[in-house]
Amino acid sequence: MDFALNEQQEMMQALARDFLSDEYTDKVLKAMVEDEKGHAPELWQKLAAVNLTGLAIPEEYGGVGDFLDLIVVLEEMGRACFISPFFTTVVLGASTIIEAGNEEQKQQYLPSIAEGKSIITLAVTESSGSYAPDAISLKAEQNGNDYILNGTKLFVPDAMTADHIICVARTKEGITLFLLDINTDGISVTPLKTVSGDKQCEVAFTNVKAAADNILGEVDKGWEYIEKVLQKANVARCAESVGLSQQALNMSLDYAKERIAFGHPIGAFQSIQHRCADMLIDVDGSRFVTYQAAWRINEGMPAEKEAAIAKAWVSRASQRVMDSAHQVHGAIGFTEDHILHYYTKKARFNEFSFGDVSFHLEKISKQ
Amino acid sequence: MDFVFSPEEEAFRQEVAAFLDKEVPQIYREKKLTFFDMSSQEDWIKVHRSMAEKLGENGWISAHWPREYGGQDKSPFHRLILREELTRYHSPGYDSIGAGIVAPALLLKGSDEQKKKHLPGIASGKEIWCETLSEPGHGSDLASIEVFAKEETDCFVVNGQKIWTTNGHFADWNALLARTDREVEPKHRGLTFFMVDMKTPGITVNPIINIAEHHDFNEVFFDDVRIPKENIVGGLNQGFYVVMSLLDYERTSDTAYAFADVYLKDLAEYARKNDLLTPVLESQMAQLVADCEVARLLHYYVTWMQSQNKVPNCESAMSKMYSFELHRRVAEFGMDLLGQYSQLTETSPLAPMYGRIPSCYYRSFGYSLEQGTSEIDRDVIAQRGLGLPRLR
Repeated sequence: MDFALNEQQEMMQALARDFLSDEYTDKVLKAMVEDEKGHAPELWQKLAAVNLTGLAIPEEYGGVGDFLDLIVVLEEMGRACFISPFFTTVVLGASTIIEAGNEEQKQQYLPSIAEGKSIITLAVTESSGSYAPDAISLKAEQNGNDYILNGTKLFVPDAMTADHIICVARTKEGITLFLLDINTDGISVTPLKTVSGDKQCEVAFTNVKAAADNILGEVDKGWEYIEKVLQKANVARCAESVGLSQQALNMSLDYAKERIAFGHPIGAFQSIQHRCADMLIDVDGSRFVTYQAAWRINEGMPAEKEAAIAKAWVSRASQRVMDSAHQVHGAIGFTEDHILHYYTKKARFNEFSFGDVSFHLEKISKQ
Repeated sequence: MDFVFSPEEEAFRQEVAAFLDKEVPQIYREKKLTFFDMSSQEDWIKVHRSMAEKLGENGWISAHWPREYGGQDKSPFHRLILREELTRYHSPGYDSIGAGIVAPALLLKGSDEQKKKHLPGIASGKEIWCETLSEPGHGSDLASIEVFAKEETDCFVVNGQKIWTTNGHFADWNALLARTDREVEPKHRGLTFFMVDMKTPGITVNPIINIAEHHDFNEVFFDDVRIPKENIVGGLNQGFYVVMSLLDYERTSDTAYAFADVYLKDLAEYARKNDLLTPVLESQMAQLVADCEVARLLHYYVTWMQSQNKVPNCESAMSKMYSFELHRRVAEFGMDLLGQYSQLTETSPLAPMYGRIPSCYYRSFGYSLEQGTSEIDRDVIAQRGLGLPRLR
């Protein structure tokens, strides 16, 4: 048993923390929330320059570090409430290509992601919003050597900035993944109006032609890859939420120490202290279940139960932390001008992506 | 990072499990008793003592102590594994006070002579301890303790009343916090920590029955009780500091996450067998399963800190409070699950699970009170862990 970060993880943590505190000020955060695309190409190049876009990509494809290094960096990104196509590309895009891609596809896309030249999104959910395989109805019909895709994907992250999209489609005997240039004829991207800063889209596929070399992995076996990717994505989201919660607690503590009422800092009152104590348990508890699941994934051990527990627990815990953070901040935290609400909204977004609380509680029940 | 036990620790777990499989009385396993409702059994004290001695013979109580004092220098995870297995096998035999609190306090603050005199009794399982901290007028507010120990030439003479003394009715030794200076300010600088032989003349123990109708704790009267000076631990008027370091152990002495987990599994098994799980209950149960996992990791974190020679402080309050409150919620879930039947006691032939449902539930009211209330734990976390200012 060992709860400590190793040297490399500590280094990545410090690197990400310093990078974000230099480059990602509150002003940039607000601009990214407002920005329709939520993407600053210049910042992206800087991320690539310090190798962050290559995280958890094997070294032979120009990447650096493992899944745990990615986890500690995502926690830092959560602390900064980082709005960017980073998660989409590095966690969803790259992981799917690593899981399902053939050598040629890996050579083509992974180094390009690592170098900051590619943004790749993954389209899973449809109108039901469900992450269960039977919710996939977008059709890919075989036509000679090609496939024709028809259907609509919903809640697709960062499709406006992506240059490629991995589409999870239904084929004759199962589910198949197609990796397509986003500018392929017949693909149309419409941004969704969401409350959080995360950029999500509706992506319609109308008679989109895909050739055999657009297929990622085995035909009809696509869900096996997606299941693994979703497990990683879930735990990665948890890591972000740990960071969100940690920062919401830190902001609350700062405020509780400086805000005076009845002649004392409000943080001296038990009503505030006890809230903060519970917040700390939620933050640390979130971190430990997340690390445990991430460690198991990184070791190649079964992690289905641990990942489900992490997502269900961290989602609830981050809600509790945000509720308390707002209560500690009082009215100032209720204003649009204060940055706290970005954390609250991002935590909710994280909760819904890749399966919400009830989805994961059901998984726990079935274990 | 590493979230599994070492092969050596796993081997220890197997060894303990194999032993308990043979030694734990069948009825305890059949009823699936946990640490918190074993005292409902008539033969509990006898079984507790005999299991303690067997654990002692195997050298397991002291496995994580330094060799110098009869230990084997093992990691503190051995203590945790021992308690997890005792829980899984529904076995008594671990003296949470002697082995859990007094031994680490002695190792930390005791003199060499005290260690040599008292540690072997604890390690052998032959000497069971109780602690007397609370008084009728002072529970959480330890600094206000009034029971007075008056200095005489060869000893201290103690008078006054203590209360909520778990296992006081059969313990051999007692860890006593008493006032030795009435004038000093702040008041906590006038307290001294004594080890008291429970056979000393002048000690009277009266039972207090809790709302689960178990006899766990007692009130203890001291009437001119003479304690030799060499029984002071940590020095005269230094008792508060001994107790503060001891409480950090007390808060993680009991593996409440494991008790909660085992009881939840017991409830789940009964519910599945009897088809009681509605979708709502199923969802509540899954949430509790997740909570148990978090509680386990919070506790492992504290044990890991101890294994690294870091001194846990707010971390042990976090783990203790969360696990005890969780255990309470699991006990509540048992009531929800069994509905009308959760009213039936052990003596009713219709009672499910040997009448343990109400017994565990009403016993659980104490979980957020004992070993420091949840309110004190939250104070500790906020003030010592988060650096929030103190009003008092």
